Amino acid sequence: MNKTDKPQPVELNIKRIRKDFPILKERIYGRRLVYFDNGATTQKPKVVIEAINKAHRQYNSNVHRGIHFLSSQMTDMYEVARARVQRFINAPSPQEIIFTSGVTASINLVAYSFCEAYLKKNDEIIVSEMEHHSNLVPWQIACDKKGARLRAIPFNDRGELLLEEYKKLLNSKTKLVAVTHVSNSLGTINPIKEIIALAHAKNIPVLIDGAQAIQHELIDVQDLDCDFYAFSGHKVYGPTGTGVLYGKERWLNDLPPYQSGGDMIDRVSFERTTYNDLPFKFEAGTPNYIGAVGLGEALEYLSGLGLENVRAYEKKLLDYATAKLAEIDGLKVYGTAKNKVAIFSFLMDGLHPYDVGTLLDRLGIAVRTGHHCTHPLWAHYGTEGSIRSSLVFYNTFKEIDYLCEALRQIQKMSK
Amino acid sequence: MTTQKIQQEIIKEFGGSAKDWLKKYGQLMKLGKTLPSAEEAHKIEDNLVKGCQVRTWYGSTFKDGKVFYKIDSLSLIIKGAVVLLLRVLNGRTPEEIKNTELYFIDQTGLRELFSPVKANSLWKVINRMQTDAANYGAKRNK
Repeated sequence: MNKTDKPQPVELNIKRIRKDFPILKERIYGRRLVYFDNGATTQKPKVVIEAINKAHRQYNSNVHRGIHFLSSQMTDMYEVARARVQRFINAPSPQEIIFTSGVTASINLVAYSFCEAYLKKNDEIIVSEMEHHSNLVPWQIACDKKGARLRAIPFNDRGELLLEEYKKLLNSKTKLVAVTHVSNSLGTINPIKEIIALAHAKNIPVLIDGAQAIQHELIDVQDLDCDFYAFSGHKVYGPTGTGVLYGKERWLNDLPPYQSGGDMIDRVSFERTTYNDLPFKFEAGTPNYIGAVGLGEALEYLSGLGLENVRAYEKKLLDYATAKLAEIDGLKVYGTAKNKVAIFSFLMDGLHPYDVGTLLDRLGIAVRTGHHCTHPLWAHYGTEGSIRSSLVFYNTFKEIDYLCEALRQIQKMSK
Repeated sequence: MTTQKIQQEIIKEFGGSAKDWLKKYGQLMKLGKTLPSAEEAHKIEDNLVKGCQVRTWYGSTFKDGKVFYKIDSLSLIIKGAVVLLLRVLNGRTPEEIKNTELYFIDQTGLRELFSPVKANSLWKVINRMQTDAANYGAKRNK
């Protein structure tokens, strides 16, 4: 299909879609909930809640090796979920999909296994200054352990990575690049395809932290050509305690296991243990198979809406909120990259984020306040954090109006 | 004025039902603006109340048998609550502080505005105010 054949986004019926999310009907302090904390976790559609419920009620049984009916059925469901993840991110094979407890576990797995196998003294790992701590601290620990050095790609005041600086950082000592796809604090969509290509030109593998991208962007790991892609299930309308690590088969085969125990072995004797095939080599112990089923369902739900349609609507929300927030005097938005998702970090003159967040909460609006686990990012701006409002497709223009009205009310109160 | 009387005054000022939360927050923020800022030398790591979402600095001294507090915060809401606490407890003897039950927090409905998770700064400040007073009293009586 050439570019001109690309299907046009279809307008989503948001009113109907909102009915898929039972929690959106909740009232907070007597007011209709406005949920703008999607960067922290997304709400769950009924199909996900029901899939989890049904799996517990009808199918629960430990996966793999069970010869009885339920175990084999549950195993099938677990593997169907894996195939759904594989399809969603267009991974070449299901063996390359490792279920984890979340993006943090996925990154820790690579940080441990990769660095154990390949990182040596004086080597370097590159992250960026906008990383969430979970894509920074694991590398820092690995570097400390091996006597290696952690380097960081800086960004400009708009919140865009400086690729020229990145190019200068890449050198023969660089062993891996670990960069976020979308900044959780600023919303910037990083040019990861270019970042990956630049690293690959020097034979350096790249891990992408997709925690804030998986719910907004179309992910095609083959097109990106990333070596690892990590994300959490709960940020993409799935259950908490689920996550994924995609890794190219050759890496996953080469890396030593991260955790050990049941299921990840082939043969065990006191002399030696051989490991199971992929993906099980990296899934020690009983996995969160029911969570995985829920995640698979969430991805199906999202695919049903159409990522392109979701993106088109979220872009409208982004543009609308950007314009509306700009009308508020004394409000400064951090993160004005040309390419961004509907995440708004802002500060208001004379008001601490905690005070704004507290009052918004009382008005029924859920936002997040603080550093959002990105200390170095806020150090760039010489501040300690922000009020973050993160929107997804079930949010509405009306909710944005209400937020702006509430912010004006708070400003008045503080005068 | 006794701590009792001051608390009664505060309860009058902050009267009204829980539904008036917006008004109460507004009052706190206005009060917060009246709290004298602590000098920069006081705003050091050691004086930070640990484990809080909001940077809040705390210190106390014991002079002429009385306890004096120096508290500052980046949050206007917390500063407002600190103003009220200082009105009741600042410049009192350790015994007075020990014998003062801070009932105004409940009777004004302020407790509801400061859930333990969200505003742990405030509860930690109160705890330190009371603990310091008890320690000063114990030291003096040695």
